[in-house]
Amino acid sequence: MSASTSNRTPGDRRVIQIGPFHPLLEEPVGFELTVEGEKVVHVDACMEYIHKGIERLAQERTYDMVPILLEKICGICSVTHSVCFCNAAEDLLQVEIPPRASYIRTIIGELERLHSHLLWVGLAGHFIGYNTVFMWAWKYREPVCDVFEMLTGHRQNSSLPIVGGVRRDIPESYFPEARRAMDRLDEQVEMLTAAVLDDPVLAARLKGIGVLTPQEVVDWGVVGPTARASGVDTDVRRDEPYAAYEELDWKVITTENGDVFDKAVVRLLEIRESISIIRQCLEKIPGGELNLGQQHIPRGEGIGRYEAPRGEDIHYLRSNGTNMPERLKVRAPSFTNVASFEVSCIGESIADVTITLAACDPCYSCTERTAVVRGVDGRPTHTFQDLVRLSQDKTRALAREMGREPGLNLL
Amino acid sequence: MANATPRVPSLFLKALKKSPWVFHVGTSGCNNCDIEIADCLTPRYDIERFGMKLAGSPRHADVMLITGPVSRACREPLQQAWLEMPRPRAAVMVGACACSMGAYKDAYSVTGPPDKVLLEVDPDARFVYVPGCPPKPETIIMGIVKLLGAL
Repeated sequence: MSASTSNRTPGDRRVIQIGPFHPLLEEPVGFELTVEGEKVVHVDACMEYIHKGIERLAQERTYDMVPILLEKICGICSVTHSVCFCNAAEDLLQVEIPPRASYIRTIIGELERLHSHLLWVGLAGHFIGYNTVFMWAWKYREPVCDVFEMLTGHRQNSSLPIVGGVRRDIPESYFPEARRAMDRLDEQVEMLTAAVLDDPVLAARLKGIGVLTPQEVVDWGVVGPTARASGVDTDVRRDEPYAAYEELDWKVITTENGDVFDKAVVRLLEIRESISIIRQCLEKIPGGELNLGQQHIPRGEGIGRYEAPRGEDIHYLRSNGTNMPERLKVRAPSFTNVASFEVSCIGESIADVTITLAACDPCYSCTERTAVVRGVDGRPTHTFQDLVRLSQDKTRALAREMGREPGLNLL
Repeated sequence: MANATPRVPSLFLKALKKSPWVFHVGTSGCNNCDIEIADCLTPRYDIERFGMKLAGSPRHADVMLITGPVSRACREPLQQAWLEMPRPRAAVMVGACACSMGAYKDAYSVTGPPDKVLLEVDPDARFVYVPGCPPKPETIIMGIVKLLGAL
Protein backbone atom coordinates (compact mmCIF):
# COMPACT_ATOMS: atom_id res chain seq x y z
CA MET A 1 0.00 0.00 0.00
CA SER A 2 2.80 2.39 0.91
CA ALA A 3 4.53 1.89 -2.45
CA SER A 4 1.43 2.65 -4.46
CA THR A 5 0.55 5.73 -2.44
CA SER A 6 4.04 7.22 -2.28
CA ASN A 7 3.46 9.56 -5.21
CA ARG A 8 0.17 10.80 -3.83
CA THR A 9 -0.33 13.87 -1.74
CA PRO A 10 -1.69 13.43 1.78
CA GLY A 11 -5.45 13.69 1.92
CA ASP A 12 -5.95 11.83 -1.36
CA ARG A 13 -8.81 9.41 -1.05
CA ARG A 14 -9.40 6.20 -2.87
CA VAL A 15 -12.07 3.53 -2.65
CA ILE A 16 -11.35 -0.14 -2.01
CA GLN A 17 -14.06 -2.54 -3.05
CA ILE A 18 -14.44 -5.76 -1.04
CA GLY A 19 -16.82 -8.40 -2.36
CA PRO A 20 -19.41 -9.47 -3.35
CA PHE A 21 -17.51 -12.77 -3.69
CA HIS A 22 -14.47 -12.51 -1.49
CA PRO A 23 -12.43 -15.30 0.08
CA LEU A 24 -12.80 -13.73 3.53
CA LEU A 25 -16.58 -13.60 3.34
CA GLU A 26 -18.83 -16.61 3.60
CA GLU A 27 -21.68 -14.71 2.08
CA PRO A 28 -21.95 -12.31 -0.83
CA VAL A 29 -21.80 -8.79 0.54
CA GLY A 30 -20.08 -5.71 -0.75
CA PHE A 31 -18.08 -3.19 1.25
CA GLU A 32 -16.64 0.03 -0.06
CA LEU A 33 -13.87 1.33 2.14
CA THR A 34 -12.80 4.90 1.46
CA VAL A 35 -9.18 5.22 2.55
CA GLU A 36 -6.60 7.92 2.99
CA GLY A 37 -3.37 6.00 2.72
CA GLU A 38 -3.91 3.13 5.14
CA LYS A 39 -6.54 4.86 7.22
CA VAL A 40 -10.20 4.12 6.61
CA VAL A 41 -12.29 7.28 6.57
CA HIS A 42 -15.63 5.94 5.40
CA VAL A 43 -17.36 2.57 5.19
CA ASP A 44 -20.25 1.81 2.90
CA ALA A 45 -21.99 -1.55 2.86
CA CYS A 46 -23.84 -2.71 -0.27
CA MET A 47 -26.52 -5.04 0.98
CA GLU A 48 -28.92 -6.69 -1.36
CA TYR A 49 -27.10 -9.73 -2.59
CA ILE A 50 -28.83 -12.15 -0.22
CA HIS A 51 -32.29 -10.65 -0.20
CA LYS A 52 -34.68 -13.53 -0.74
CA GLY A 53 -38.05 -12.04 0.16
CA ILE A 54 -38.61 -14.48 3.00
CA GLU A 55 -41.08 -12.21 4.83
CA ARG A 56 -43.30 -12.28 1.76
CA LEU A 57 -42.98 -16.06 1.48
CA ALA A 58 -44.07 -16.39 5.12
CA GLN A 59 -47.34 -14.71 4.25
CA GLU A 60 -48.12 -17.58 1.89
CA ARG A 61 -47.43 -20.36 4.42
CA THR A 62 -49.60 -21.69 7.22
CA TYR A 63 -48.57 -21.17 10.85
CA ASP A 64 -47.26 -24.73 11.03
CA MET A 65 -45.05 -24.22 7.99
CA VAL A 66 -43.68 -20.77 8.83
CA PRO A 67 -41.18 -21.83 11.56
CA ILE A 68 -39.58 -24.29 9.12
CA LEU A 69 -39.34 -21.58 6.47
CA LEU A 70 -37.87 -19.11 8.97
CA GLU A 71 -35.07 -21.56 9.83
CA LYS A 72 -33.82 -20.74 6.36
CA ILE A 73 -33.41 -17.02 7.14
CA CYS A 74 -29.97 -17.84 8.45
CA GLY A 75 -28.11 -21.09 8.69
CA ILE A 76 -26.63 -20.41 12.10
CA CYS A 77 -29.65 -18.79 13.73
CA SER A 78 -32.13 -21.45 12.63
CA VAL A 79 -33.48 -22.03 16.15
CA THR A 80 -33.44 -18.29 16.81
CA HIS A 81 -35.82 -17.28 14.09
CA SER A 82 -38.24 -20.18 14.44
CA VAL A 83 -38.50 -19.83 18.24
CA CYS A 84 -38.74 -16.04 17.93
CA PHE A 85 -41.69 -16.43 15.57
CA CYS A 86 -43.31 -18.87 18.02
CA ASN A 87 -42.73 -16.34 20.82
CA ALA A 88 -44.56 -13.73 18.71
CA ALA A 89 -47.47 -16.08 17.98
CA GLU A 90 -47.68 -17.10 21.65
CA ASP A 91 -47.63 -13.43 22.64
CA LEU A 92 -50.61 -12.96 20.33
CA LEU A 93 -52.38 -16.03 21.73
CA GLN A 94 -51.43 -15.23 25.35
CA VAL A 95 -50.62 -18.87 26.12
CA GLU A 96 -47.92 -20.61 28.14
CA ILE A 97 -46.20 -23.54 26.48
CA PRO A 98 -45.79 -26.88 28.34
CA PRO A 99 -42.67 -27.01 30.57
CA ARG A 100 -41.04 -29.86 28.64
CA ALA A 101 -41.35 -27.85 25.43
CA SER A 102 -39.73 -24.81 27.05
CA TYR A 103 -36.79 -26.94 28.25
CA ILE A 104 -36.36 -28.46 24.78
CA ARG A 105 -36.36 -24.98 23.26
CA THR A 106 -33.72 -23.91 25.79
CA ILE A 107 -31.50 -26.89 25.01
CA ILE A 108 -31.57 -26.44 21.24
CA GLY A 109 -31.20 -22.66 21.62
CA GLU A 110 -28.09 -23.01 23.77
CA LEU A 111 -26.60 -25.69 21.51
CA GLU A 112 -27.03 -23.23 18.69
CA ARG A 113 -25.31 -20.49 20.71
CA LEU A 114 -22.45 -22.90 21.41
CA HIS A 115 -21.76 -23.75 17.80
CA SER A 116 -22.31 -20.18 16.66
CA HIS A 117 -19.83 -18.73 19.17
CA LEU A 118 -17.25 -21.43 18.43
CA LEU A 119 -17.68 -20.70 14.74
CA TRP A 120 -17.10 -17.00 15.37
CA VAL A 121 -13.99 -17.62 17.47
CA GLY A 122 -12.60 -19.74 14.64
CA LEU A 123 -13.42 -17.20 11.96
CA ALA A 124 -11.96 -14.36 14.03
CA GLY A 125 -8.71 -16.32 14.27
CA HIS A 126 -8.83 -16.89 10.52
CA PHE A 127 -9.35 -13.18 9.82
CA ILE A 128 -6.22 -12.19 11.70
CA GLY A 129 -4.22 -15.01 10.11
CA TYR A 130 -4.15 -17.19 13.23
CA ASN A 131 -5.34 -20.40 11.62
CA THR A 132 -4.52 -22.57 14.64
CA VAL A 133 -7.44 -21.00 16.49
CA PHE A 134 -9.61 -21.51 13.40
CA MET A 135 -8.83 -25.23 13.27
CA TRP A 136 -9.16 -25.74 17.02
CA ALA A 137 -12.45 -23.92 17.41
CA TRP A 138 -14.04 -25.67 14.43
CA LYS A 139 -12.79 -29.03 15.66
CA TYR A 140 -14.50 -28.42 19.01
CA ARG A 141 -17.63 -27.27 17.18
CA GLU A 142 -18.14 -30.68 15.57
CA PRO A 143 -19.21 -32.51 18.77
CA VAL A 144 -21.81 -29.77 19.35
CA CYS A 145 -23.28 -30.44 15.91
CA ASP A 146 -23.16 -34.16 16.72
CA VAL A 147 -25.16 -33.63 19.92
CA PHE A 148 -27.62 -31.50 17.97
CA GLU A 149 -27.97 -34.31 15.46
CA MET A 150 -28.41 -36.94 18.15
CA LEU A 151 -31.16 -34.96 19.87
CA THR A 152 -33.00 -33.49 16.90
CA GLY A 153 -31.96 -35.48 13.85
CA HIS A 154 -30.16 -32.66 12.07
CA ARG A 155 -26.89 -30.80 12.49
CA GLN A 156 -28.45 -27.32 12.49
CA ASN A 157 -32.04 -27.19 11.27
CA SER A 158 -34.05 -28.99 13.92
CA SER A 159 -37.57 -28.06 12.69
CA LEU A 160 -38.67 -28.63 16.30
CA PRO A 161 -40.42 -25.39 17.32
CA ILE A 162 -44.07 -24.92 16.42
CA VAL A 163 -46.60 -22.46 17.77
CA GLY A 164 -47.55 -23.75 21.22
CA GLY A 165 -44.57 -25.99 21.91
CA VAL A 166 -42.31 -28.32 20.00
CA ARG A 167 -43.09 -30.75 17.21
CA ARG A 168 -41.23 -33.84 18.43
CA ASP A 169 -39.59 -35.09 21.60
CA ILE A 170 -35.83 -35.37 22.06
CA PRO A 171 -34.76 -38.93 22.97
CA GLU A 172 -33.65 -39.27 26.61
CA SER A 173 -31.55 -42.30 25.72
CA TYR A 174 -29.02 -39.89 24.21
CA PHE A 175 -28.77 -37.65 27.32
CA PRO A 176 -25.80 -39.51 28.88
CA GLU A 177 -23.82 -39.14 25.66
CA ALA A 178 -24.83 -35.48 25.43
CA ARG A 179 -23.64 -34.93 29.03
CA ARG A 180 -20.30 -36.56 28.26
CA ALA A 181 -19.92 -34.40 25.16
CA MET A 182 -20.59 -31.29 27.26
CA ASP A 183 -17.99 -32.37 29.82
CA ARG A 184 -15.37 -32.86 27.12
CA LEU A 185 -16.29 -29.57 25.46
CA ASP A 186 -16.02 -27.74 28.79
CA GLU A 187 -12.43 -28.88 29.23
CA GLN A 188 -11.54 -28.06 25.64
CA VAL A 189 -13.09 -24.60 25.77
CA GLU A 190 -11.38 -23.91 29.10
CA MET A 191 -8.06 -24.71 27.43
CA LEU A 192 -8.94 -22.63 24.36
CA THR A 193 -10.05 -19.68 26.50
CA ALA A 194 -6.83 -19.76 28.51
CA ALA A 195 -4.77 -20.04 25.33
CA VAL A 196 -6.52 -17.08 23.71
CA LEU A 197 -6.52 -14.86 26.78
CA ASP A 198 -2.85 -15.46 27.61
CA ASP A 199 -1.54 -15.11 24.09
CA PRO A 200 0.57 -11.92 23.92
CA VAL A 201 0.29 -11.82 20.11
CA LEU A 202 -3.50 -11.85 20.20
CA ALA A 203 -3.54 -9.20 22.92
CA ALA A 204 -1.21 -6.98 20.89
CA ARG A 205 -3.28 -7.52 17.77
CA LEU A 206 -6.78 -7.13 19.19
CA LYS A 207 -6.66 -4.86 22.24
CA GLY A 208 -7.76 -1.32 21.55
CA ILE A 209 -9.03 -2.18 18.08
CA GLY A 210 -12.57 -1.34 16.94
CA VAL A 211 -13.61 0.15 20.28
CA LEU A 212 -17.29 0.89 20.91
CA THR A 213 -17.94 3.09 23.95
CA PRO A 214 -21.10 2.43 26.02
CA GLN A 215 -22.55 5.69 24.71
CA GLU A 216 -21.98 4.59 21.10
CA VAL A 217 -23.57 1.24 21.88
CA VAL A 218 -26.70 2.98 23.10
CA ASP A 219 -26.71 5.53 20.26
CA TRP A 220 -26.42 2.92 17.51
CA GLY A 221 -28.70 0.37 19.18
CA VAL A 222 -26.01 -2.31 19.27
CA VAL A 223 -27.20 -5.58 20.86
CA GLY A 224 -25.89 -8.90 22.08
CA PRO A 225 -22.27 -9.81 22.88
CA THR A 226 -21.09 -6.74 20.96
CA ALA A 227 -22.95 -4.51 23.44
CA ARG A 228 -22.04 -6.61 26.48
CA ALA A 229 -18.34 -6.31 25.61
CA SER A 230 -18.71 -2.54 26.09
CA GLY A 231 -20.24 -2.99 29.54
CA VAL A 232 -23.87 -2.52 28.49
CA ASP A 233 -25.71 -5.14 30.50
CA THR A 234 -28.45 -6.33 28.18
CA ASP A 235 -29.74 -9.84 27.61
CA VAL A 236 -33.29 -10.78 26.60
CA ARG A 237 -32.94 -14.15 28.30
CA ARG A 238 -32.82 -12.30 31.64
CA ASP A 239 -34.73 -9.09 30.84
CA GLU A 240 -37.80 -10.72 29.32
CA PRO A 241 -37.44 -14.45 29.98
CA TYR A 242 -38.83 -16.94 27.52
CA ALA A 243 -38.43 -20.74 27.43
CA ALA A 244 -36.95 -22.05 30.71
CA TYR A 245 -34.32 -19.41 31.48
CA GLU A 246 -36.10 -18.15 34.59
CA GLU A 247 -35.72 -21.52 36.30
CA LEU A 248 -32.03 -21.91 35.57
CA ASP A 249 -28.92 -20.59 37.24
CA TRP A 250 -26.72 -18.60 34.90
CA LYS A 251 -25.27 -15.14 34.60
CA VAL A 252 -24.90 -12.44 31.96
CA ILE A 253 -21.28 -11.90 30.93
CA THR A 254 -20.09 -8.32 30.51
CA THR A 255 -16.67 -6.75 30.06
CA GLU A 256 -15.56 -3.14 30.09
CA ASN A 257 -13.29 -2.23 27.20
CA GLY A 258 -15.47 -2.70 24.12
CA ASP A 259 -12.60 -3.67 21.83
CA VAL A 260 -12.33 -6.77 19.63
CA PHE A 261 -10.40 -8.64 22.33
CA ASP A 262 -13.22 -8.14 24.84
CA LYS A 263 -15.79 -9.26 22.29
CA ALA A 264 -13.86 -12.52 21.99
CA VAL A 265 -13.67 -12.81 25.80
CA VAL A 266 -17.43 -12.31 26.18
CA ARG A 267 -18.16 -15.02 23.62
CA LEU A 268 -15.69 -17.50 25.08
CA LEU A 269 -17.15 -17.02 28.57
CA GLU A 270 -20.69 -17.29 27.21
CA ILE A 271 -19.76 -20.68 25.77
CA ARG A 272 -19.02 -21.87 29.31
CA GLU A 273 -22.35 -20.45 30.53
CA SER A 274 -24.21 -22.20 27.69
CA ILE A 275 -22.60 -25.51 28.59
CA SER A 276 -23.74 -25.02 32.19
CA ILE A 277 -27.29 -24.17 31.03
CA ILE A 278 -27.47 -27.29 28.85
CA ARG A 279 -26.23 -29.47 31.73
CA GLN A 280 -28.90 -28.06 34.06
CA CYS A 281 -31.59 -28.58 31.42
CA LEU A 282 -30.58 -32.19 30.87
CA GLU A 283 -30.86 -32.74 34.66
CA LYS A 284 -34.08 -30.86 35.30
CA ILE A 285 -36.12 -31.50 32.15
CA PRO A 286 -39.66 -32.47 33.23
CA GLY A 287 -41.94 -34.92 31.46
CA GLY A 288 -45.35 -34.15 30.07
CA GLU A 289 -46.97 -32.69 26.99
CA LEU A 290 -44.90 -31.40 24.07
CA ASN A 291 -47.32 -28.87 22.62
CA LEU A 292 -50.75 -27.40 23.02
CA GLY A 293 -52.08 -29.00 19.85
CA GLN A 294 -53.46 -27.17 16.87
CA GLN A 295 -53.97 -23.50 17.67
CA HIS A 296 -56.35 -21.10 15.98
CA ILE A 297 -54.57 -17.76 15.71
CA PRO A 298 -57.11 -14.97 16.15
CA ARG A 299 -56.93 -11.49 14.66
CA GLY A 300 -54.27 -9.41 16.39
CA GLU A 301 -50.62 -8.51 16.78
CA GLY A 302 -47.76 -10.18 18.58
CA ILE A 303 -44.13 -9.39 19.25
CA GLY A 304 -41.52 -12.03 19.89
CA ARG A 305 -38.10 -11.36 21.41
CA TYR A 306 -35.24 -13.81 21.52
CA GLU A 307 -31.59 -13.56 22.50
CA ALA A 308 -29.86 -14.87 19.40
CA PRO A 309 -26.13 -15.67 19.53
CA ARG A 310 -25.61 -12.23 17.99
CA GLY A 311 -28.11 -10.28 20.10
CA GLU A 312 -31.75 -9.44 20.34
CA ASP A 313 -33.96 -10.74 17.55
CA ILE A 314 -37.46 -9.29 17.17
CA HIS A 315 -40.35 -10.68 15.15
CA TYR A 316 -43.55 -8.72 14.65
CA LEU A 317 -46.54 -10.79 13.64
CA ARG A 318 -49.90 -9.55 12.47
CA SER A 319 -52.74 -11.96 12.03
CA ASN A 320 -56.06 -11.42 10.27
CA GLY A 321 -57.68 -14.55 11.65
CA THR A 322 -56.82 -16.80 8.70
CA ASN A 323 -54.32 -19.65 8.86
CA MET A 324 -51.50 -17.55 7.38
CA PRO A 325 -49.75 -14.48 8.81
CA GLU A 326 -50.92 -11.19 7.33
CA ARG A 327 -47.52 -9.62 7.94
CA LEU A 328 -44.29 -10.83 9.46
CA LYS A 329 -41.45 -8.43 10.17
CA VAL A 330 -38.03 -9.74 11.11
CA ARG A 331 -35.49 -7.45 12.77
CA ALA A 332 -32.36 -9.51 13.11
CA PRO A 333 -29.60 -8.50 15.56
CA SER A 334 -27.03 -7.96 12.83
CA PHE A 335 -29.22 -5.24 11.34
CA THR A 336 -28.33 -2.83 14.13
CA ASN A 337 -24.85 -4.24 14.76
CA VAL A 338 -23.76 -3.76 11.15
CA ALA A 339 -24.69 -0.06 11.32
CA SER A 340 -22.16 0.40 14.13
CA PHE A 341 -19.33 -0.09 11.61
CA GLU A 342 -19.84 3.60 10.96
CA VAL A 343 -18.24 4.36 14.35
CA SER A 344 -16.11 1.29 15.07
CA CYS A 345 -14.17 1.25 11.77
CA ILE A 346 -13.50 4.92 11.09
CA GLY A 347 -9.89 5.87 11.76
CA GLU A 348 -8.63 2.28 11.85
CA SER A 349 -6.12 0.88 9.36
CA ILE A 350 -7.29 -1.49 6.62
CA ALA A 351 -5.76 -4.55 8.30
CA ASP A 352 -7.72 -3.83 11.48
CA VAL A 353 -10.98 -3.15 9.67
CA THR A 354 -11.43 -6.74 8.48
CA ILE A 355 -11.40 -8.04 12.05
CA THR A 356 -13.52 -5.09 13.26
CA LEU A 357 -16.11 -5.89 10.59
CA ALA A 358 -16.10 -9.50 11.77
CA ALA A 359 -16.14 -8.62 15.47
CA CYS A 360 -19.91 -8.18 15.77
CA ASP A 361 -20.38 -11.55 14.02
CA PRO A 362 -22.39 -10.00 11.19
CA CYS A 363 -24.85 -12.30 9.52
CA TYR A 364 -25.88 -10.77 6.25
CA SER A 365 -28.56 -13.27 5.33
CA CYS A 366 -30.36 -12.33 8.57
CA THR A 367 -29.92 -8.66 7.82
CA GLU A 368 -30.86 -8.22 4.21
CA ARG A 369 -34.54 -7.61 4.36
CA THR A 370 -34.60 -5.28 1.38
CA ALA A 371 -33.31 -5.01 -2.16
CA VAL A 372 -33.47 -1.91 -4.32
CA VAL A 373 -35.00 -2.87 -7.63
CA ARG A 374 -35.96 0.59 -8.86
CA GLY A 375 -34.56 3.54 -6.95
CA VAL A 376 -36.45 6.74 -6.15
CA ASP A 377 -36.16 9.13 -9.15
CA GLY A 378 -33.84 6.66 -10.87
CA ARG A 379 -31.20 6.94 -8.13
CA PRO A 380 -29.84 3.63 -6.88
CA THR A 381 -29.83 4.57 -3.19
CA HIS A 382 -32.52 5.73 -0.79
CA THR A 383 -31.87 8.60 1.56
CA PHE A 384 -33.68 8.97 4.88
CA GLN A 385 -36.06 11.55 3.36
CA ASP A 386 -36.86 9.15 0.48
CA LEU A 387 -37.77 6.40 2.93
CA VAL A 388 -39.98 8.75 4.96
CA ARG A 389 -41.72 9.89 1.78
CA LEU A 390 -42.20 6.32 0.53
CA SER A 391 -43.76 5.17 3.78
CA GLN A 392 -46.01 8.24 3.94
CA ASP A 393 -47.15 7.60 0.36
CA LYS A 394 -47.92 4.02 1.28
CA THR A 395 -49.90 5.04 4.37
CA ARG A 396 -51.94 7.47 2.27
CA ALA A 397 -52.59 4.85 -0.42
CA LEU A 398 -53.70 2.36 2.22
CA ALA A 399 -55.96 4.92 3.86
CA ARG A 400 -57.58 5.74 0.51
CA GLU A 401 -58.06 2.04 -0.12
CA MET A 402 -59.81 1.65 3.22
CA GLY A 403 -61.91 4.73 2.51
CA ARG A 404 -60.45 6.79 5.35
CA GLU A 405 -58.79 10.19 5.46
CA PRO A 406 -55.17 9.69 6.52
CA GLY A 407 -54.84 11.04 10.01
CA LEU A 408 -51.21 11.92 9.42
CA ASN A 409 -49.76 15.36 9.66
CA LEU A 410 -46.13 14.56 9.16
CA LEU A 411 -44.79 16.87 6.47
CA MET B 1 -19.30 -35.86 -17.67
CA ALA B 2 -18.33 -35.87 -21.32
CA ASN B 3 -15.38 -33.78 -22.29
CA ALA B 4 -17.31 -30.79 -23.51
CA THR B 5 -14.28 -28.86 -24.65
CA PRO B 6 -12.06 -30.79 -27.07
CA ARG B 7 -9.48 -28.00 -26.97
CA VAL B 8 -8.43 -29.07 -23.46
CA PRO B 9 -5.41 -31.42 -23.52
CA SER B 10 -5.88 -34.62 -21.56
CA LEU B 11 -2.91 -33.72 -19.35
CA PHE B 12 -4.92 -30.81 -17.97
CA LEU B 13 -7.80 -33.10 -17.02
CA LYS B 14 -5.40 -35.55 -15.42
CA ALA B 15 -3.81 -32.79 -13.37
CA LEU B 16 -7.21 -31.42 -12.38
CA LYS B 17 -8.33 -34.78 -11.07
CA LYS B 18 -5.29 -35.02 -8.80
CA SER B 19 -5.86 -31.72 -7.00
CA PRO B 20 -8.96 -29.73 -7.88
CA TRP B 21 -8.96 -26.20 -6.51
CA VAL B 22 -12.41 -25.04 -5.62
CA PHE B 23 -13.89 -21.56 -5.58
CA HIS B 24 -16.86 -21.02 -3.33
CA VAL B 25 -19.70 -18.75 -4.43
CA GLY B 26 -22.60 -18.09 -2.09
CA THR B 27 -25.45 -16.82 -4.24
CA SER B 28 -27.89 -15.65 -1.57
CA GLY B 29 -28.35 -18.88 0.35
CA CYS B 30 -28.92 -18.96 4.09
CA ASN B 31 -25.14 -19.50 4.61
CA ASN B 32 -25.68 -22.88 6.23
CA CYS B 33 -24.26 -24.69 3.18
CA ASP B 34 -21.41 -22.16 3.12
CA ILE B 35 -20.54 -23.09 6.69
CA GLU B 36 -20.66 -26.80 5.87
CA ILE B 37 -18.27 -26.13 2.97
CA ALA B 38 -15.88 -24.34 5.32
CA ASP B 39 -16.37 -27.27 7.70
CA CYS B 40 -14.88 -29.58 5.05
CA LEU B 41 -11.56 -27.76 5.53
CA THR B 42 -11.40 -28.26 9.28
CA PRO B 43 -9.72 -31.16 11.12
CA ARG B 44 -12.53 -33.71 11.12
CA TYR B 45 -12.99 -33.74 7.33
CA ASP B 46 -9.84 -31.97 6.11
CA ILE B 47 -10.31 -32.19 2.35
CA GLU B 48 -6.91 -30.60 1.87
CA ARG B 49 -5.61 -34.15 2.40
CA PHE B 50 -6.89 -34.90 -1.10
CA GLY B 51 -5.26 -31.86 -2.65
CA MET B 52 -8.51 -29.91 -2.67
CA LYS B 53 -8.05 -26.31 -1.71
CA LEU B 54 -10.28 -23.26 -1.50
CA ALA B 55 -8.95 -20.79 -4.05
CA GLY B 56 -9.17 -17.06 -3.48
CA SER B 57 -10.07 -16.17 -7.04
CA PRO B 58 -12.13 -17.91 -9.74
CA ARG B 59 -9.11 -17.52 -12.06
CA HIS B 60 -7.20 -20.04 -9.93
CA ALA B 61 -10.04 -22.53 -9.57
CA ASP B 62 -11.11 -25.69 -11.39
CA VAL B 63 -14.38 -26.37 -9.62
CA MET B 64 -16.99 -23.90 -8.45
CA LEU B 65 -19.09 -24.70 -5.39
CA ILE B 66 -22.39 -22.84 -5.64
CA THR B 67 -24.83 -22.48 -2.75
CA GLY B 68 -28.21 -20.84 -2.72
CA PRO B 69 -30.78 -19.66 -5.22
CA VAL B 70 -29.59 -16.73 -7.33
CA SER B 71 -30.94 -13.38 -6.21
CA ARG B 72 -31.27 -10.48 -8.64
CA ALA B 73 -28.13 -8.81 -7.35
CA CYS B 74 -26.04 -11.99 -7.46
CA ARG B 75 -26.95 -12.93 -11.02
CA GLU B 76 -24.33 -10.95 -12.94
CA PRO B 77 -21.47 -11.44 -10.45
CA LEU B 78 -22.08 -15.21 -10.63
CA GLN B 79 -21.99 -15.28 -14.43
CA GLN B 80 -18.90 -13.09 -14.44
CA ALA B 81 -17.10 -15.31 -11.93
CA TRP B 82 -17.98 -18.40 -13.98
CA LEU B 83 -16.59 -16.91 -17.20
CA GLU B 84 -13.37 -16.01 -15.38
CA MET B 85 -12.72 -19.65 -14.52
CA PRO B 86 -10.28 -21.37 -16.92
CA ARG B 87 -11.35 -24.52 -18.76
CA PRO B 88 -11.86 -27.38 -17.99
CA ARG B 89 -14.34 -26.21 -15.40
CA ALA B 90 -17.28 -27.68 -13.58
CA ALA B 91 -19.69 -26.66 -10.85
CA VAL B 92 -21.10 -28.45 -7.83
CA MET B 93 -24.54 -27.30 -6.72
CA VAL B 94 -24.47 -27.62 -2.95
CA GLY B 95 -27.79 -27.79 -1.19
CA ALA B 96 -31.46 -27.87 -2.05
CA CYS B 97 -31.59 -24.18 -3.00
CA ALA B 98 -28.80 -24.47 -5.56
CA CYS B 99 -30.30 -27.66 -6.99
CA SER B 100 -33.89 -26.52 -7.30
CA MET B 101 -34.31 -23.19 -5.43
CA GLY B 102 -35.75 -25.09 -2.47
CA ALA B 103 -37.89 -23.00 -0.18
CA TYR B 104 -37.40 -19.86 -2.26
CA LYS B 105 -39.07 -21.18 -5.39
CA ASP B 106 -41.86 -18.61 -5.30
CA ALA B 107 -39.83 -15.68 -3.96
CA TYR B 108 -39.99 -12.44 -5.91
CA SER B 109 -36.31 -11.56 -5.58
CA VAL B 110 -34.87 -14.84 -6.81
CA THR B 111 -34.11 -15.24 -10.51
CA GLY B 112 -33.56 -18.92 -10.97
CA PRO B 113 -31.48 -21.91 -10.00
CA PRO B 114 -27.77 -21.32 -10.66
CA ASP B 115 -27.48 -24.04 -13.31
CA LYS B 116 -29.96 -22.21 -15.55
CA VAL B 117 -28.23 -18.89 -14.86
CA LEU B 118 -24.86 -20.35 -15.88
CA LEU B 119 -26.20 -22.15 -18.95
CA GLU B 120 -27.27 -18.74 -20.28
CA VAL B 121 -23.65 -17.65 -20.63
CA ASP B 122 -21.99 -21.05 -21.14
CA PRO B 123 -24.05 -23.78 -22.82
CA ASP B 124 -21.19 -26.25 -22.23
CA ALA B 125 -21.29 -25.89 -18.44
CA ARG B 126 -21.46 -29.20 -16.54
CA PHE B 127 -22.84 -29.71 -13.06
CA VAL B 128 -23.05 -32.10 -10.16
CA TYR B 129 -25.97 -31.79 -7.74
CA VAL B 130 -25.65 -32.38 -3.99
CA PRO B 131 -29.10 -32.17 -2.37
CA GLY B 132 -29.74 -31.57 1.31
CA CYS B 133 -30.60 -28.64 3.56
CA PRO B 134 -27.73 -28.38 4.22
CA PRO B 135 -25.90 -31.47 2.96
CA LYS B 136 -23.51 -32.89 5.53
CA PRO B 137 -19.81 -32.29 4.86
CA GLU B 138 -19.42 -35.98 3.96
CA THR B 139 -22.05 -35.54 1.26
CA ILE B 140 -20.33 -32.46 -0.15
CA ILE B 141 -17.02 -34.34 -0.34
CA MET B 142 -18.79 -37.25 -2.03
CA GLY B 143 -20.27 -34.84 -4.58
CA ILE B 144 -16.84 -33.51 -5.51
CA VAL B 145 -15.40 -37.04 -5.68
CA LYS B 146 -18.22 -38.12 -8.01
CA LEU B 147 -17.50 -35.10 -10.17
CA LEU B 148 -13.84 -36.10 -10.42
CA GLY B 149 -14.79 -39.66 -11.31
CA ALA B 150 -16.98 -38.40 -14.11
CA LEU B 151 -14.38 -36.07 -15.63
